[in-house]
Amino acid sequence: MARRVKIVLQAAAVTVVALLVVLLGWRVAQQEEGRGLSDAVAAGKRPAAPEFTLDALDGEDQISLSDYRGKGVVLNLWASWCGPCKKEAPLLQSAWERYRDEGLVVLGVDAQDFPRDARDFVERYGLTYPIAHDRNGSILGRYGSTGFPETWFVDRQGRLVGEHITGEFSEEQLEENIQLVLES
Amino acid sequence: MRLALLAGLVLALAAAAPAFASEEKPTLAELEGELTCPTCNGPLELSNAPVADRIRAFILERIAAGDTKSEIKEKLVDSFGESVLAAPPRSGFNWIAWVLPLVGGAVAVVVLALAVRRWSQAKGEEPAPADPSANGRPPLDPELERRLDEELARFDG
Repeated sequence: MARRVKIVLQAAAVTVVALLVVLLGWRVAQQEEGRGLSDAVAAGKRPAAPEFTLDALDGEDQISLSDYRGKGVVLNLWASWCGPCKKEAPLLQSAWERYRDEGLVVLGVDAQDFPRDARDFVERYGLTYPIAHDRNGSILGRYGSTGFPETWFVDRQGRLVGEHITGEFSEEQLEENIQLVLES
Repeated sequence: MRLALLAGLVLALAAAAPAFASEEKPTLAELEGELTCPTCNGPLELSNAPVADRIRAFILERIAAGDTKSEIKEKLVDSFGESVLAAPPRSGFNWIAWVLPLVGGAVAVVVLALAVRRWSQAKGEEPAPADPSANGRPPLDPELERRLDEELARFDG
């Protein structure tokens, strides 16, 4: 009897440890996925952009990256408290207005932020492009995000192309990458 | 017995009173200790990140508006998710985080107690050493003793 109890306890302990190792591995794999994407894009590869579905900031709908398959996407990760994001907002709005008829979508993802602050930000800068709110910052790890702002470019086939811009982009950088996306 | 019960009740009430006051009228310092900074994942009280400053301003705003501690935490979770809480809430799957260390500790105590019991039993069952002879050494092997007696008898003879 005592032997059976001992075996059950040992099996339980091994199972718990195995589960913890799997969880750790899953977490590390997620972080590596993001880092790997950045390296792949820098090497000129075109990895698939990780798919996501998030609530729209206006709370009415959900937004998925795959909703824009067939269009080029400028994916901008931002937060209302981020200084450089304030400089980028007018440039992104301008690009959205100029290129939307050519099949370009600017998609903002607001993360680690109060939705109310984000909505104030959108109103202040007159942003009309689609914006999602990432409540848990769930896509940040998958995109290897290390801070705000960060910008990725997704081609019409849903692949990451051009540059992964960490920090504030210049007008030239934005223009160059948009052309790359639209030509793909 | 009644006195002990009364003393226990008074102690329990004395311990619950500050917790109740803290829930009804929280302070910024208390809440800072129970929250994390979303961008750096460290304690909010140690963070000077812009989002941490914004959260502190929000907390002060909500305290002034008369929100309880739970209400403020709930609003922060709505915006930032549960990861903003330093300790997971005691509900659903999160109970594992609270129960597992206690269960682990209890199992460790039981295992240790069983091991100690087994060691002490094993020690008790060891055969007692034979009585040493007068010179403090163990007695001779009977065969060796017989041969020694024979030799001594021959020597004497």
